[in-house]
Amino acid sequence: MSFLHQDVPLSWYLLLSSVLFSLGVVGFLIKRNLITVFMSIELMLNAVNLSFVTFAYQWHMVKGQIFVFFVMMVAAAEAAVGLAIIIAVFRARATLSVDRIDLMKL
Amino acid sequence: MNESLHLWLIPLLPFVGFLLNGIFASRLRKGAVTAIGLLAPLGSFLLVLNAVAASVISAPQTCAQCGSATTSVAFPYTETIGHWISLGALQIDFSLVLDQLSLVMLLVVTGVGFLIHFYSVGYMGHEEGYARYFSFLNLFLFFMTVLVLAGNLLLMFVGWEGVGLASYLLIGFYFNKTSAANAGKKAFIVNRIGDFGFLIGIFLLLANFGTLSFSEIAAKFGPSGGVQLVVQNGVLMLRHSPSSLPSAGILTAICLCLLLGAAGKSAQLPLYVWLPDAMEGPTPVSALIHAATMVTAGAYLVARTHMLFDHAPKALAVVGIVGAATALFAATIGLVQNDIKRVLAYSTISQLGYMFLACGVSAYAAGIFHLVTHAFFKALLFLGAGSVIHAMGGEQDLRKMGGLRKKLPVTFWTMTIAILYAAFVHGASGKILWFLGLVTALLTSFYMFRLWYLAFLGEPRSEQPHRHATPFSMLAPLVVLAALSICGGWIGIEHFADYLIPSTGALPSVVSAANPPLEFLLGVLAFGVALLGWYIAHVFYRRKSDRPAQLAAALPAGYRILANKYYVDEFYGATFVKPLFAISKYLLGWVVDTAILGGLAWLLAGIASLGGAILQRWQSGNLRSYAAWLALGAAAVLLFVLLSSSWPHLDFAIAWRGWGLR
Repeated sequence: MSFLHQDVPLSWYLLLSSVLFSLGVVGFLIKRNLITVFMSIELMLNAVNLSFVTFAYQWHMVKGQIFVFFVMMVAAAEAAVGLAIIIAVFRARATLSVDRIDLMKL
Repeated sequence: MNESLHLWLIPLLPFVGFLLNGIFASRLRKGAVTAIGLLAPLGSFLLVLNAVAASVISAPQTCAQCGSATTSVAFPYTETIGHWISLGALQIDFSLVLDQLSLVMLLVVTGVGFLIHFYSVGYMGHEEGYARYFSFLNLFLFFMTVLVLAGNLLLMFVGWEGVGLASYLLIGFYFNKTSAANAGKKAFIVNRIGDFGFLIGIFLLLANFGTLSFSEIAAKFGPSGGVQLVVQNGVLMLRHSPSSLPSAGILTAICLCLLLGAAGKSAQLPLYVWLPDAMEGPTPVSALIHAATMVTAGAYLVARTHMLFDHAPKALAVVGIVGAATALFAATIGLVQNDIKRVLAYSTISQLGYMFLACGVSAYAAGIFHLVTHAFFKALLFLGAGSVIHAMGGEQDLRKMGGLRKKLPVTFWTMTIAILYAAFVHGASGKILWFLGLVTALLTSFYMFRLWYLAFLGEPRSEQPHRHATPFSMLAPLVVLAALSICGGWIGIEHFADYLIPSTGALPSVVSAANPPLEFLLGVLAFGVALLGWYIAHVFYRRKSDRPAQLAAALPAGYRILANKYYVDEFYGATFVKPLFAISKYLLGWVVDTAILGGLAWLLAGIASLGGAILQRWQSGNLRSYAAWLALGAAAVLLFVLLSSSWPHLDFAIAWRGWGLR
């Protein structure tokens, strides 16, 4: 863990994590392209991963790092399934705009 | 020798027959149905005969004076199958009791019952639902034997309700016919009114006696009823029985409630209206249920609970008055009926009135004697009528019959015996209220011979399609019943009463007639009156057949009242049925059901759909709006957690946890 320099305080890592997470949320909310929305989700997941690792380092507990592996694994699975769905949607509707994918409307 | 009589088998056999024929109805062949339907009552009858043999052979010296002779099967013989209800001190068993009374009744029920089953084989042979018919008939026999054998009132009530059910099923046997279905409902509902009284009587008994067992109730009254003669310190004293007996008022109330039940089942005033309509059922059913057995259950109940009625003279007087009024009332209606079965139905009501009248003067044995003989001759009359109807191809109108003597000789002769019996022999009861008895005897004789002349003598009044030859299975019961009717009259009331004394008490002096000249005079009078009735019928329907029409024209109002049965049905319709329908339709139907219950349901549904309509707007289908709400929700949760930890006096978290724990 030498790359985490002692001089960089904990709060900076957390700040970076929350900035990344907020970017992910904003991107999720405002972008119309389905792929961009998907990438925003990945961004949020990775922001959370960063805070996990940070706390794990801070408290010398390995649990947080193990959790990160779980999150990455789920994210990989999600990416596989999600991209497949996106391709299927594009084939069916010839669009990737989330505003026009509204079949779930009552 | 302490053998068991296996009384429990007597009801069980018909029940098994009911189950077999009821469940496998469509899969059994007709022969098998007949075999099951006949063997069940035959088996019961043989068991009853076995009980008779056990009680008679081992006690040859039993007589009126020494009823307590040593017997192996000592009466009352009780058989307890198991406990039914056990609540503290209250103990109700499945107990069957055989004594003189129930034995006589059982003989009638299973004996006549078997004969009518046998008759049905021929009569119902061409009908749809043959197996259904026999299963219902067996079901009836099951409940009737339970009713008769029951050792306590509650078990009796089970049989009581059960025969009502069987009666309903059989009256409505031709359920495609609206009138038959309605008649079944009418019988059931009118009986329910009586059963309501019966049930209240049972509750009153339970509250005041703490037991429903006949023997225990009788024991409470002590051997000589309330007051005992005891020798105390060498002095003869009158001692009252333990003061646990309820007051006379309570006893009267109990008896009146029981009487209401009895009046419903036995078609007495004011609950008689169902019996004439019950003639919609197949004729053997009318013979079995609505003439010979079930309708006599009321008289049986009164005789069974005579220890109560003996201590409630007012209620007993009501029994007598009801019986007398019914006897006269029904006889007058019977004069002008044209349906052969309805004539017999009103005759049955009238005869049941006689039974009640006899019970009402505590001549229970006379009542039961009349019950037995009536069962024979009335079953015979109904079966004969069935034979006539069968031969006429379903025609029941007396005015279209006539001249059947040559076509149906066996039916004619057996019916003649029954009619003679009905007209002449029941004069025995005429001793009680002699005037009423004589008038009713006259009426009875008239309408019986009217039926005789109209149906059998004279010329045929319509072309008679002789569709079915009368089969042997229909003729044999007629002959047997005719023989039994003659035997019943020959045994005579005195021997019969002697036999019944242990279970019903001795005949009161009014009936056992300490005044021979008066009795002889009354007997002659009754005979003369019956002859007079015959003569009038002869004049009316044999010699001048236009006389009845002239009389009806001369007394139009009287004839109309009789022909319309005193408008009792119309009266009940206007006073009870219509208001009930109105209440059901308007108050219960519109107000309670539609407005209150329906309104509540609508209100709940309205709230749900309104809430749905509002919340529906959230479900826009727009992915980004979902995401926004999601983010908003997450932010709210975050805020909540932060606030509750940084602002501890708000105590959100604790409150949250507290709910979770609770």
